[in-house]
Amino acid sequence: MKQMITIYVNDKAYQVESGQTIMQATDGIGFRIPRLCYHPKLSIEGACRVCIVEVEGARNYIASCSYPVNDGMRIYTNTVPLRRARRDIVELILDNHPDDCHTCERDGICELQRLAYSMGIRRRHFEGEKKNYEKDLSSISVIRDPNKCILCGRCVRLCSEVQHVNALGYANRGFQTVVMSAYDRPFSESVCTNCGQCINVCPTAAFVEKNYTQELFDKLNDSSVIKIAQVAPSVRAAIGEAFGIPPGQAFEREVAAALKKLGFTYVFDTQFGADLTIMEEASEFLERIQGNGVLPMVTSCSSAWMKYVEQFYPDLLPNVSTCKSPMSMLSAMAKTYFAEKIKIDPAKICVAAIMCCTAKKYEAARPELMVNGLPATDIVVTTREIAWMIRSAGIDFLHIEGEDFDAPLGLSSGAGAIFGVTGGVMEAAIRTAYELYTGETLIDIEVNAIRGFQGIKEGKVLMDGKEIRVAVVHGLGHVYQILDMVRNEPGRFHFIEIMGCPGGCIGGGGQPYAGSNSVPLDEEVLQKRAQALYGLDRERTFRRSHENPHVQKLYKEFLGRPLSSLSHKLLHTHYTPKEPRGIITREQTA
Amino acid sequence: MAVAGDQNIQTLQEYMRGLKSTGAPCSHLIAILHKTQELYGYLPREAMDEIALTMDIPRAHIWGVATFYHYFNLTRPGRHSIALCMGTACFVKGAADILEAIKNKLNIDFGETTGDGLFTLQQARCLGACGLAPVMMINDKIYGSLTPEKAVAILDDYASREKKGVLHTGNV
Repeated sequence: MKQMITIYVNDKAYQVESGQTIMQATDGIGFRIPRLCYHPKLSIEGACRVCIVEVEGARNYIASCSYPVNDGMRIYTNTVPLRRARRDIVELILDNHPDDCHTCERDGICELQRLAYSMGIRRRHFEGEKKNYEKDLSSISVIRDPNKCILCGRCVRLCSEVQHVNALGYANRGFQTVVMSAYDRPFSESVCTNCGQCINVCPTAAFVEKNYTQELFDKLNDSSVIKIAQVAPSVRAAIGEAFGIPPGQAFEREVAAALKKLGFTYVFDTQFGADLTIMEEASEFLERIQGNGVLPMVTSCSSAWMKYVEQFYPDLLPNVSTCKSPMSMLSAMAKTYFAEKIKIDPAKICVAAIMCCTAKKYEAARPELMVNGLPATDIVVTTREIAWMIRSAGIDFLHIEGEDFDAPLGLSSGAGAIFGVTGGVMEAAIRTAYELYTGETLIDIEVNAIRGFQGIKEGKVLMDGKEIRVAVVHGLGHVYQILDMVRNEPGRFHFIEIMGCPGGCIGGGGQPYAGSNSVPLDEEVLQKRAQALYGLDRERTFRRSHENPHVQKLYKEFLGRPLSSLSHKLLHTHYTPKEPRGIITREQTA
Repeated sequence: MAVAGDQNIQTLQEYMRGLKSTGAPCSHLIAILHKTQELYGYLPREAMDEIALTMDIPRAHIWGVATFYHYFNLTRPGRHSIALCMGTACFVKGAADILEAIKNKLNIDFGETTGDGLFTLQQARCLGACGLAPVMMINDKIYGSLTPEKAVAILDDYASREKKGVLHTGNV
C-alpha cells in the first residue's frame, strides 16, 4: 500500500503518494513543470536539467524528474531566480543548435521551439559553438542530423528500452558526444529496422524521415504518368491531428478526395490490399495446420518487424508467412491486373503509397518485391509528408467534400480497416479462416481478447472443435518474450501477429507529431486512433475480407484462387537473413 | 567476422566464457575491452563484433564505451608510441616547438599513426620528469632536454634501426 504524505508546492499543502518523483507528484495535482529529456515510457536520464525546481533546504536546484518526494517537502516551481535559471538552461541548449528554424523540417511543430517560447526566450544572450557534422543520408527511411541533436537521449532510450533494437548509442564524450550507430558506420548498415520511433520521440529534427514529397509532386505534374495512390488504414485515423483536429476522428473519404485534388488519377485503398492479404494469409495458415507446415505461423505485414526478424531471429524465418504486406500486394495488383484492365504499360504507372510508416520506404525498395522487373511501389510518403503536401498544394482539407476510393482496388471490408491497430490482422484473419475452415460464418466477430494495448495478448478460437491458440505482440521490445516461448514450447501457439510499433500501425513512425497537449507514444492518443478504426469497421456493410465483392472479382477474373500459382508469383515473397546480426537484449543495457 | 584460427580471438573467447555466466553481461564490458586492447594493442571492429555476439551486448553500446574512454585505441597503433609531454614545465621549456618539429617530420597529429605504421604520436600531461623538460617518451624510454633537432635525430635513429631490423617493437 502506498503511503500518503504531505508536500508543499509554492506554499500550498497537497496530499500525494510517497515513492513518486517530484515531477510525478506535481503532475498529479495540476502542475506541469517544463521538461525535455523526460519521457514517461523511458528511463530517467536527468540530462537536460530543464525540469529543475527549488526545494527548501537543498543547496542546488533539483531535477524534479529524478528526485523523490518526501513528507513535509517544500517545493517551489516558479520563483523568479528559478525561472531565470531554467530560461538560461534552455538558452544554453539553443546556443549550439543551428539557428535555421524557418528552413527546418520541424518549424512550427518542434518541441524545442515550443519550450524556448514558453521559457520566454525573446532575446539571445550567448553565442555558442555550433556543431558541424555531416547528415547521415544513407538510410532509405530515416535521416540523422547530429547538428540538430541536443543530446536529450530519448531516441537512444527508445531504441533500446522500448524497441530493444539498440541501433543507437552515444559515442565520444563532452561537446563531441554524438548519437550514432555502432562504429560510426552509415545508418543503412546498422541494425536499424526503420521503425521511425526515434523520429516520433525526437524533440527537434535530429531524426526525420527521408522526404519524398518533391519526387511525388514531380510525378503528379507529369502528364505521361498514370498516378495511383493507396492509403494505409492508420493514415485516415491520424491525419486529422496534422490539421489540428483532436485525435480519434477518421478522415477516410476526405483523404480520398484530397488525393484526387492533388492530382492522382486513381485513389486505391491499402485496405483492399489488406483484404487480399487475409485471403492469402488465412489460406496459408489453414494449409499449414492441415498439412503439417511450420507452426506457429507469424504475420509478415509490418516492415520493421520483417527487417527485425531477418537480423535478430533468422532461424525463425520459416515461421513467417510468405504473404507480402497489404501495400506490396496492392501495388502488385495495380501493375498487373489493373494495368491489363486499363490497357496501360505498367512502366507508365507510378504507385505512391501513403503510409503511417517509415519502414515501408525500405520495404518498397526491396528487390525481391519487384513485379516483372519493375518496382511495385514507386514512392512511399508518410502521414506527415502527405499532410504537408495537402497543405502546401493549397487544399482545404478540413472543408473538403469526401469522395469514394476508386474501383476495382478501392473497396474494403471492416477487417481491412482494423489492420492498422494491434490485434487487427489476427482478428481479420480469424474472421476469414474460421469460415474457410468450418464452412460456417463466425457470428461474434469482435475478438476482444486480442484487442487493447498490453504488450502481449493471447486468445483461443474453437474451429470445428479444434483449438487454435493465437498471440498478438506490438512493439519490437516485446518480441523476444513471445519468440522465446516459441523456441521453448513450439506447440504453444498456432498463429502469432507481430507489429513493430507500439499500438500497431496507428503508432507508426510516420504519424503526425505529438502536439503541445500530448507526448509521443501517448497511449490515450493511440486508443483514440484505434477507436477511429474500430468505428470504420462497425460502419462497414462487409466486415469480413472474403465478403469483399471486388476481392472475389479479382480472384474470379485474374488470380484464380488463394495460393494459386499466380498468387504465389505476385502476392508472396521470401525473406533472407541479414547482417549485421542483431543482439537480442532481454534486460536493459543502457 | 574474426578470421578462423585467430589466436587472439580464441584467447578473448576463453576470457569471455569465464565471465558469461556471472552477473549482467554489461558489467564485464570494460574488463573485456581491456583484455582486447591487451591482445591487439587496440580495439578492432571484428573483436567488438565478437564481444557483441558472445556477451549479448549491443554494438552501439560497446562503441559508446569504447569511444568514451581515451584509454581505448580504435585504430591499430604504430610500432613505436611517442608520448610527448605537454605539461606545464615542458611547455614552458619549449614543448610546442618539439611538437612542431615532430609533426613536420612525421606528418601526423596527436592520436595519429604514420602511414608506414612505425610511429603513433600521443600527448602526455606529465611524465614526472620535469627536471629533464622538455621530455618525450618512446615506448618506455624517456628522452630529456630535447631540442627540435634532437627530437628529429632520435626519430631518425629509430627509423634507421627499424630498417636494419635490429629493433624490437614497443607494442604488442
